Amino acid sequence: MTAPTSRLRVLLLRLALLSGLLAIWELMARSGLLFQDVVPSVIAIAGALVTTLSGMEFYSHLATTLAEIAAALALGGAAGLAAGIVVGAQPLLRRAFEPLLYYLGSTPKLVFFPVMIMLFGVGVESKIALGAISCFFPVALSVAAGMRQINPVFIRVGRSFRAASWHMARKIYLPAMRLPVVNGFRLGLGIAVIATLLGETKLSNRGIGHLVIQAFTTFNMPRMYALLIAIFAISIAANALVSRFARTP
Amino acid sequence: VSAQTAARRYQAAALAFGTLAALGLILELLIRVGAIDRYTVPLPSDIIPAFWRVAVEEGVPARFLATAAETLAAGLLLVAVGVPLGILLFSVRLLRAACETWVAALASAPIVLMYPLFLVVFGRSQATIVMMGFLAALPALILKTLEGLSSTRPVLLDVAKSLKLHHTQTFMKVLLPAALPSIFSGLRIGLTFALINIVGVEFLINFGGLGQLVNELAERYDLPGTYAAIGYVILVSVLLFYAMDRMERLVRPGA
Repeated sequence: MTAPTSRLRVLLLRLALLSGLLAIWELMARSGLLFQDVVPSVIAIAGALVTTLSGMEFYSHLATTLAEIAAALALGGAAGLAAGIVVGAQPLLRRAFEPLLYYLGSTPKLVFFPVMIMLFGVGVESKIALGAISCFFPVALSVAAGMRQINPVFIRVGRSFRAASWHMARKIYLPAMRLPVVNGFRLGLGIAVIATLLGETKLSNRGIGHLVIQAFTTFNMPRMYALLIAIFAISIAANALVSRFARTP
Repeated sequence: VSAQTAARRYQAAALAFGTLAALGLILELLIRVGAIDRYTVPLPSDIIPAFWRVAVEEGVPARFLATAAETLAAGLLLVAVGVPLGILLFSVRLLRAACETWVAALASAPIVLMYPLFLVVFGRSQATIVMMGFLAALPALILKTLEGLSSTRPVLLDVAKSLKLHHTQTFMKVLLPAALPSIFSGLRIGLTFALINIVGVEFLINFGGLGQLVNELAERYDLPGTYAAIGYVILVSVLLFYAMDRMERLVRPGA
């Protein structure tokens, strides 16, 4: 079997799987076994997708959410980067604080939302804060691990050449740290997206999360599916983009 | 050497706890002199007794059990669905070629955001919570199962071939044991994910165990209680994470 035919077979299988899924969905929608509104017809969802994506409302809320995520990533990422470098560079600090970061990193950050609301109010600031503390941990952990794994020989070579500290940073630390930093930000991005959107569904009057919960309370199911499809597509694309950036040398 | 290691470990632990205690003290002072509003951030000295009060008055043990039961249910679903799906993708090469990138893409999607959908189907119930924990963690376990099976050392497969083992035997005696450490690490990641999402959904839909407790105390404006409840959430997830870590080390001595 040559490569093109197998690629063709994969493509055909994908098309078959997709159309099978859509057919089962449509059958479920028409069977009347489930509440009709829970599983709306594919046509209704496609219609809602077109209406949602062609209106300006969606994009203005999307802009809010994207701005929140960007701010969260900038603040939490910068703090995580700094903490990771400090903690990773010094053995005593690493032994003391890396376990703390490791274990706190695995806790649900959403429960901090009431605290963030008390501190920063019900506006975009509390979502930014929630996203920031969420992405702080993966960035800090990844950077700290990266610092630990820098080949000590490179550092000794740099020192023996009496490299100035900015030279050490540019020639040794930065190239070695690129991958852990990018990877930390990739993980942080995914978590910040979830935290920000969930925060919006809990309490907000702007953003995509708010639109989802609005579709839920008005029981507009096709629109809710359309919004979820859009959110999934955007976040998968963003992750693919960052992953590609992580792979290029 | 081991005495030195122990001394270093105590030194590190003392530094960590000392720093946390110092931060608590500084916060207490800042609130007491009025630099931080005490109606925004409660006094640390008020939070400590709140742990006991919340535990007794709000039934923390029962809530802990509710959250644990949900996590266990999600974990059982994960193993029952995730591992077979991973095996299926491994066994049917064409299916894997078609679907692996889809599963990987789903692993990076905010699946938990689908909770309003499950609210419509299951209502505000434990079913919604368990389903969200399960679905959010599923892609990770599928991928880890697949990874474990694919990274079986070729030598072992050659041995199976030379012993003329048939498919089921090769699978049960060679592939599955070789993949177990990776499956277990998928389960560890998956359960951590599941717990995070379960507590999150409890908080969001105001139903169930510890997540609801945080929401309820926050809505009652009981600030020390809210902080104590958050403390319990952190405690439970750290305990689960630590236990899973330990178990993984048993299964996978090198990790």
